[in-house]
Amino acid sequence: MENKLYTITVFSENTVGLLNQITIIFTRRAINIETLSVSPSAIKGIHKFTITIFATEDVVEKVVKQIDKRVDILKAYYNTDDDLIYQEIALYKIATDKLLQQESIEGLIRKYHIRILEMNESFVVLQKAGHYEETQQMFEELSDSIGVLQFIRSGRVAITRSKVERLTDMLNARKKHETEQLK
Amino acid sequence: MKNMETKTKISGAKALIESLIHEGVETIFGYPGGAIMPTFDALYDYDKKINHILTRHEQGATHAAQGYARVSGKVGVCLVTSGPAATNAITGIADAMLDSTPMVVITGQVGAALLGTDAFQEIDVVGISQPITKWAYQIRKADDIAWAVARAFYIARSGRPGPVVLDIAKSAQVQEVEFNYKPCNFIRSYIPIPEINPTQISDAAKLINGAKKPFALVGQGVVLANAEAELKAFLEKADIPAAWTLLGASAMPTEFRLNKGFLGMHGNVAPNMKTNECDVLIAIGMRFDDRVTGDLATYAKQAKIIHLDIDIAEINKNVMVDVAVIGTAKETLPAITAQLNTSKHTEWIDTFKEFETEEYDKVIKREVFPETGELTMGEVIHKISEATQNKAIVVTDVGQNQMMAARYSNYSQTRSLVTSGGLGTMGFGIPAAMGAKMGAPERTVLMYSGDGGFQMTIQELGTIMQEQIGIKMIILNNHFLGMVRQWQEMFFEERYSFTKMKNPDFVAIAKAYNIDGKEISERSDLDKTIADMLKDDKPYLLVVNVEMKGMVYPMIPAGGSVTNIILGE
Repeated sequence: MENKLYTITVFSENTVGLLNQITIIFTRRAINIETLSVSPSAIKGIHKFTITIFATEDVVEKVVKQIDKRVDILKAYYNTDDDLIYQEIALYKIATDKLLQQESIEGLIRKYHIRILEMNESFVVLQKAGHYEETQQMFEELSDSIGVLQFIRSGRVAITRSKVERLTDMLNARKKHETEQLK
Repeated sequence: MKNMETKTKISGAKALIESLIHEGVETIFGYPGGAIMPTFDALYDYDKKINHILTRHEQGATHAAQGYARVSGKVGVCLVTSGPAATNAITGIADAMLDSTPMVVITGQVGAALLGTDAFQEIDVVGISQPITKWAYQIRKADDIAWAVARAFYIARSGRPGPVVLDIAKSAQVQEVEFNYKPCNFIRSYIPIPEINPTQISDAAKLINGAKKPFALVGQGVVLANAEAELKAFLEKADIPAAWTLLGASAMPTEFRLNKGFLGMHGNVAPNMKTNECDVLIAIGMRFDDRVTGDLATYAKQAKIIHLDIDIAEINKNVMVDVAVIGTAKETLPAITAQLNTSKHTEWIDTFKEFETEEYDKVIKREVFPETGELTMGEVIHKISEATQNKAIVVTDVGQNQMMAARYSNYSQTRSLVTSGGLGTMGFGIPAAMGAKMGAPERTVLMYSGDGGFQMTIQELGTIMQEQIGIKMIILNNHFLGMVRQWQEMFFEERYSFTKMKNPDFVAIAKAYNIDGKEISERSDLDKTIADMLKDDKPYLLVVNVEMKGMVYPMIPAGGSVTNIILGE
């Protein structure tokens, strides 16, 4: 089986030490985390982790089961890029004089679909959202032409193409189970 | 003033003990120290309700709690302090994790204000224990105590059991709190017993009904689910021969007609060979450990495989299966049995005999019934098993003694072998046997150890003396780290690198602890000494000097195919 990029989505209760519980599952199997993004989800009190790794499907399936097994994890699943709409965001800091020398700013905005977040006498901060390849290409091109003072890229955020989040079904089932137990 | 009526407040320490009492805890294994002192102080007033056993080392406390849990099915409880006490407890926690033993370990922690300052005896217990616990939680305020204890016990005992660590800050123990205990039976993010899927049940039943040569592998899942009777009904209805993993030992009585013996590296020949001959392999509450499967590339390739397990993460982990049946064996086994045709597989079952005879002739006869030469481990274990009418709880240490005890003890009731299977912890034997005796005081508890493992937790003789725990300890003394020596002989050109041991006078040590004992080397002394050992319910140490270069056969070399069995000679 060949290595592919998989996106793992994890929903968890918001408790201390959860990130460690998840990362040790990768550490133990010597799997590098390519990107990681954590934030509160659409549902109050539930956190969402988006993790990308290069692995075979066999490995990613086992890892996801181990994550899902942890008591504080609500749901974990994995997708390939085909199942997802996803983005990363990148920031580029460029010297203002270099930028003004080399390029028309309008041309740059048109070419890369960027936004300017801040501009002053010494530097400009550009923002670009896109897939890894796109933000990387812009970084390389700017580095070669006018130079990039600082560059940072976020982890991936992703949304599945299916209609509802799988978590919703689980939460509904659990609610029903809890109500039945109370009766 | 409104709300004049306030509930009486109690200390966090007292709330902790009250919580344990609510969970039905009667026995605690522990060791006091700085950060847990307020709780030990509270415990002082509860001596009528809680029996605290002071072990001689925190590792001993954890293994004792494991032994207690394994024989009783209850949650084992440990109470220790912070820092070194917590790190000492780690081995037992890891052992309980790998062997799915329900256990709650409470560790003291420095005061909440000191957390993260490298305070005296502060370590990150939660961080260290996360990879080896089902759940680990730090209690920083007294308000959390009742909630956390309820949750800890629910998690430890439900579903696939396991260890839970509660790390309680000293400040939380002294804080005052309104105590209000609510047991936990629901956690939104945790589904301990998955619902049965009827398709999985009927798929499994169909495969079994079509099988000409079915074969079942029985693991500890059956015992943890209390599904021994359901297992028997299942096997009998479809006439399925079955074998057991190390932790599945005693789930079926030795005498049971369909019990075909022990699986794996030092298991019996027939069940290992038949794994690669059967047409439908039914794994029940076992996890295809490498000590059972050997080389996965050649493991049961001819068979359709059905895997019954409560833990979805075990499915397709090591062996790809054709039908997975998720759920507790208590429910899945009877559900499948209801759809099974009553059948007979006499011819298939008869084919096991050839290998049984071969193993008897080449291995068992020499090991269990030698007439000349030095004493062997197998004959000692066999004799003691007979002298206890096969009713005793057998606790082992790790190594040759463990494999021999598993092989040559006979079992007449469930929960009769307590051994460190997954982690293989030397030093497990003595403390686990203490816990087993506390958990099943009416039963005889035997503890087999080698001369190596015995010295790893030898300090627990002090606990045995203090509490008068009537376990029968047997050292099978070959003056070697026997299993390592066996590997050196077989795979390392007899280069006995640091496996020879010069040993103390074990009986003299026992005597110093006021424990009676005897050392023997002659076959003629065996029966009488065993009878002496078993005549009362007092602790006893029997040291048997056995052949120095004894080997555990059969053996499937690590990574070898299950059919590649070495019988010795």
